[in-house]
Amino acid sequence: MDLTLKIWRQVDAKDKGKMVDYKVTEISGSMSFLEMMDVLNEQLVNAGDEPVAFDHDCREGICGMCSMYINGEAHGPDRGVTTCQLHMRMFKDGDTITIEPWRAAAFPVIKDLVVNRSAFDRIQHAGGYISVNTSGNTQDANATLISKKAADTAMDAATCIGCGACVATCKNSSAMLFVGAKVSQYALLPQGQVEAADRVRNMVAQMDLEGFGNCTNTGACEVECPKGISLDNIARMNRELMKASI
Amino acid sequence: MALDSKVPKGPIQDKWTEYKNHINLVNPANKRNIDVIVVGTGLAGGSASATLAELGYNVKSFAYQDSPRRAHSIAAQGGINAAKNYQGDGDSTYRLFYDTVKGGDYRSREANVYRLAEVSANIIDQCVAQGVPFARDYGGLLDNRSFGGVLVSRTFYAKGQTGQQLLLGAYSAMNRQIARGKIEMFNRHEMLDVVIVDGKARGIIARNLVTGEIERHSAHAVVIASGGYGNVYFLSTNAMGSNVTAGWKVHKKGAYFANPCYTQIHPTCIPRSGDYQSKLTLMSESLRNDGRIWVPKHMEDVLAIREGSKKPTELTEEQRDYYLERRYPAFGNLVPRDVASRAAKERSDAGYGVNATGEAVYLDFAASFERYGKEQAKIHNIQNPSEAKIKELGQAIVKAKYGNLFQMYEKIVDQNPYETPMMIYPAVHYTMGGLWVDYNLMTTVPGCYAIGEANFSDHGANRLGASALMQGLADGYFVLPYTIGDYLADDIRTGTISTESPEFEAAEKEVTERIEFLIQNKGIHSVDYYHKKLGKIMWDKCGMSRNTEGLKTAIEEISALRKDFWQNVNVPGTATEYNEQLAKAGRVADFLELGELFAKDALVREESAGGHFREEHQTEDGEAKRIKEFQFVSAWEYKGEPKDAVLHKEQLEYENIEVKERSYK
Repeated sequence: MDLTLKIWRQVDAKDKGKMVDYKVTEISGSMSFLEMMDVLNEQLVNAGDEPVAFDHDCREGICGMCSMYINGEAHGPDRGVTTCQLHMRMFKDGDTITIEPWRAAAFPVIKDLVVNRSAFDRIQHAGGYISVNTSGNTQDANATLISKKAADTAMDAATCIGCGACVATCKNSSAMLFVGAKVSQYALLPQGQVEAADRVRNMVAQMDLEGFGNCTNTGACEVECPKGISLDNIARMNRELMKASI
Repeated sequence: MALDSKVPKGPIQDKWTEYKNHINLVNPANKRNIDVIVVGTGLAGGSASATLAELGYNVKSFAYQDSPRRAHSIAAQGGINAAKNYQGDGDSTYRLFYDTVKGGDYRSREANVYRLAEVSANIIDQCVAQGVPFARDYGGLLDNRSFGGVLVSRTFYAKGQTGQQLLLGAYSAMNRQIARGKIEMFNRHEMLDVVIVDGKARGIIARNLVTGEIERHSAHAVVIASGGYGNVYFLSTNAMGSNVTAGWKVHKKGAYFANPCYTQIHPTCIPRSGDYQSKLTLMSESLRNDGRIWVPKHMEDVLAIREGSKKPTELTEEQRDYYLERRYPAFGNLVPRDVASRAAKERSDAGYGVNATGEAVYLDFAASFERYGKEQAKIHNIQNPSEAKIKELGQAIVKAKYGNLFQMYEKIVDQNPYETPMMIYPAVHYTMGGLWVDYNLMTTVPGCYAIGEANFSDHGANRLGASALMQGLADGYFVLPYTIGDYLADDIRTGTISTESPEFEAAEKEVTERIEFLIQNKGIHSVDYYHKKLGKIMWDKCGMSRNTEGLKTAIEEISALRKDFWQNVNVPGTATEYNEQLAKAGRVADFLELGELFAKDALVREESAGGHFREEHQTEDGEAKRIKEFQFVSAWEYKGEPKDAVLHKEQLEYENIEVKERSYK
């Protein structure tokens, strides 16, 4: 298929940036979206032009590095996938595809479609861990029973890949789904109880400090999340925060 | 330099304990004055960074990704082995040790593997304490699965995302230390050289991938945890950025590179669909428990299927060649990874590949649908069920077991594997070779360590499933923190290492000049052009089966391609900006050197062992034929061009395990 691409080009963080049109031809439906971008870049390099910068790494939907806003949707039109797992068969010949970076004040653009998501890391530094030494001198792994349900629900929360689609999708650029997922994982497990109050307070404080917006319960984040992280996690985080405040 | 593995004396079960009892320690106040650089933040690098920081050292960690959490350990699916014997099925430290050595086709170092098995149980305790949500049974205890053909259930897992959860565990431990200021994290940075001062590794030169700035970082020791080099094949299951550069730079500064030709090629991956393909996706090999592998018996059917005029489901049983069942009647579709992979290649090379590229075989679940369906009909007391009913009942069982894999397959291939057989093909997955290390995990460069997949590891010529995660965390959490202390105990009076020395100056100059050259070259071919060409040579001649002539040709072709690269490569943009093409160019340049050494190593190793299969050395049944004289680790010393590399041998002695032939009859 032949496509027109409208891509956000921005030299660096200071540049104003603009949309630029490109044509790609003979795109196969079996290609992933990023492979289509590879074709474009090879074309640009061979023509002596600057290729489009975009983040990507594992290309199997688990590292959370890829991050494109495609036709107004984080990770494009398919559900439950990251951009690297989005296939071109979702599009048809003659389509115009608009490609933008994640848009959020807390995720400044580095170049073209590459954004800086360090804010997510800093939220994790604020409390996204259990304070246990890594010396191995802990109790036996089976010493504390954990119900299958708690373990499975914690796992569902822990499956977050930290891509930032929730923030990019949210009209408020809220990071509540991301933070809620981490808070939930530990809140559901006995290991997380000791530091529960401090954790949620500190992580939420850091989230606010980074300039993410608040949650107004539209639920777009859950729809666009490639890993299907549930809104329940936001509710659980709010509950944890309430508990920590009284 | 003669190789000294520094394996402690004494009975194998006492070596590690005795070792720990007698090493030098660094007191807490002195640790504050010692800096350690860790390159890579996967399971090995992440766990090492966290633990070293926790002990009190000042750690600087480097990752080319935008966060430590993205390292490719995250993609591991199946699980992590540990000799916990929670299932009471006869597991023990010795049995895990034995399975690992045997699985590696008797080409790994006994003492290292034993230590790995010994600390394995601790990993699970540690990870649970960190809040890793391992799968549990209904009683609340940890669940196990069996894996990779061993006789016990020792694999712990977190859905199909065990690597992700373990990495996030290590990442959380790092975050705690980053918050305390004990780890300084350098995201989007790539190590481009190691700096050696007075014979010791004392720092690195790194490039900030955002600004292009070249930076000097000093430390008292440097730890390489940069993963494997499977991307030398261009197509692999590795992440796009995975590369050999950190390890290769250290090699060029004196670290021996061991067993480069030992590669694991995994049989059940989704086939390539075209030349644009950028990476390959793995599906758990557990699929082979219920799928039958075949290609058409007759060429006219192959061609008709490729044209689309015939469907695979239209072929009768007589028109199908279940080649694994035919060749290996006893093991059938459950032969080991290397055998299954080679057999698929053999059929495809003979022209029987079933997709457009000619590189695919079928993995068919129809027989399982029927078998499970009939069983279910009996269980539910359904009299005279129709064929459709049987299929429906059978599919429900298969869906419960492999639903997520079937879904993933359908997303990628756009075919419904419940209605038509899956297509699979082997893909490069893991590299057992890497930097040579002694018992301390130190390379032949004093003060430079290599851990995880980056070292030549504990896996010999073939790695067992669920053992990569185990080794990464064992090295980082429990081994390196001891061994590096023994070395650093001599450095308590050294003080901060200056970056203003001639050695740093020279290393930085070398790095800068190379980058400038690449940018100024303005050639005619893109970096990917060369990477793809290299990948094709590697896959065709250094892949699943190798022979003298092919390897000799490969050496010549890679050498010529490298020359062509340096003359004609085109890198757009400048050196002082975010420039992915430039970063890639540096990595491919190193792959072009490694590839040749790889072929050379494969040529010299005139035997077959594990993932290394030399066509000249096979049994009558086509199995790998080991040769006693090659019971050694090949460790290559850099001497300029790869063709000049000098081979050193570390003889492998087996005192606790009897060396036997592997047989699948």
